[in-house]
Amino acid sequence: MKGILGTKVGMTQMFDQDSYRVIPVTVIDVGGCRVGQVKTPETDGYSAVQLFSGTKKRNKATKPAEGHGKRWGDTEGVPVHVVELRTDPDDAYEAGQGVTADVFEAGEHVDVVGVSKGKGFAGVMKRHNFKGQKASHGAHRIHRMPGAIGQCATPSRVLRGQRMAGHMGHQRVTVQNLEIVEADPDRSLILVRGAVPGPRGGVVMIKQRSKDAAPRKRKVRGF
Amino acid sequence: MNPTDVIDQRFLRDDVPDFAPGDAVKVHVKVREGDKERLQVFQGNVIRRQGDGVRETFTVRKVSFGVGVERTFPVHSPVVDHIEHLTRGDVRRAKLYYLRDRVGKAAKIKEKR
Repeated sequence: MKGILGTKVGMTQMFDQDSYRVIPVTVIDVGGCRVGQVKTPETDGYSAVQLFSGTKKRNKATKPAEGHGKRWGDTEGVPVHVVELRTDPDDAYEAGQGVTADVFEAGEHVDVVGVSKGKGFAGVMKRHNFKGQKASHGAHRIHRMPGAIGQCATPSRVLRGQRMAGHMGHQRVTVQNLEIVEADPDRSLILVRGAVPGPRGGVVMIKQRSKDAAPRKRKVRGF
Repeated sequence: MNPTDVIDQRFLRDDVPDFAPGDAVKVHVKVREGDKERLQVFQGNVIRRQGDGVRETFTVRKVSFGVGVERTFPVHSPVVDHIEHLTRGDVRRAKLYYLRDRVGKAAKIKEKR
């Protein structure tokens, strides 16, 4: 299992020179990514690596964070972002080893993990795509309300899992099977086809895709 | 400057003529039929330019057999072989949507002189 940590720079578009079609791409800056703690079945019960990115000054970090960074290869500063990636036991990873954009190449398919934009306390229409209620015909202050949430005598309670209003977004989200359009180790940028969760500047992890699904079929027509 | 400009740079075309809404243009569009490619001309008036950088698009409107046809192209798209700039129009706004409600002589754009 391979992966890399980066921050979302933003979206733009490219042109496919064969079909002349627009490719929507998300630019991800993967500079400064390195391997941190290496977990093995012997010591930790499972195998994984922590990916470090960013560096903050010693005096800005907590003592535990500083110690953790020092123990796993960050002698200068303290890692800002630490994200764990599950690996196969026979993958060779070493603490302090750099991870660059060329771990992936164009055409590969990956999963991208990020934290989605927070939407705050959202109503049922925005959060669960409920239809809401009538705009007129006597509707009074219930236009965006969910309506009935249960029955009277049976079961005389609200069923578990009933979708309601509540906090939306700011969740870990994985988008599966995105195509790598370009990986540029010189500028340490990775371009991924399509959208990626989170705001610009948000931390995202790109990893080998988990499912060996056939790549999404895209209609090809001349413009 | 946008952080994504580094990517956009290489897709920007430098052979795009300077044209604005109201202008008459001939857009030579690459059309693929099977494995052959030919050019098709789409001639009409530019009714809008929208967006910025690589994402900029323009819309050309023409009336074909009495039916209004509008096509939107990305300015920097490789599907556009080249753009012929015919005339400059004398118009007072940036989006010429009012042309959609007009037919015949009323839909004519005065030429800038």
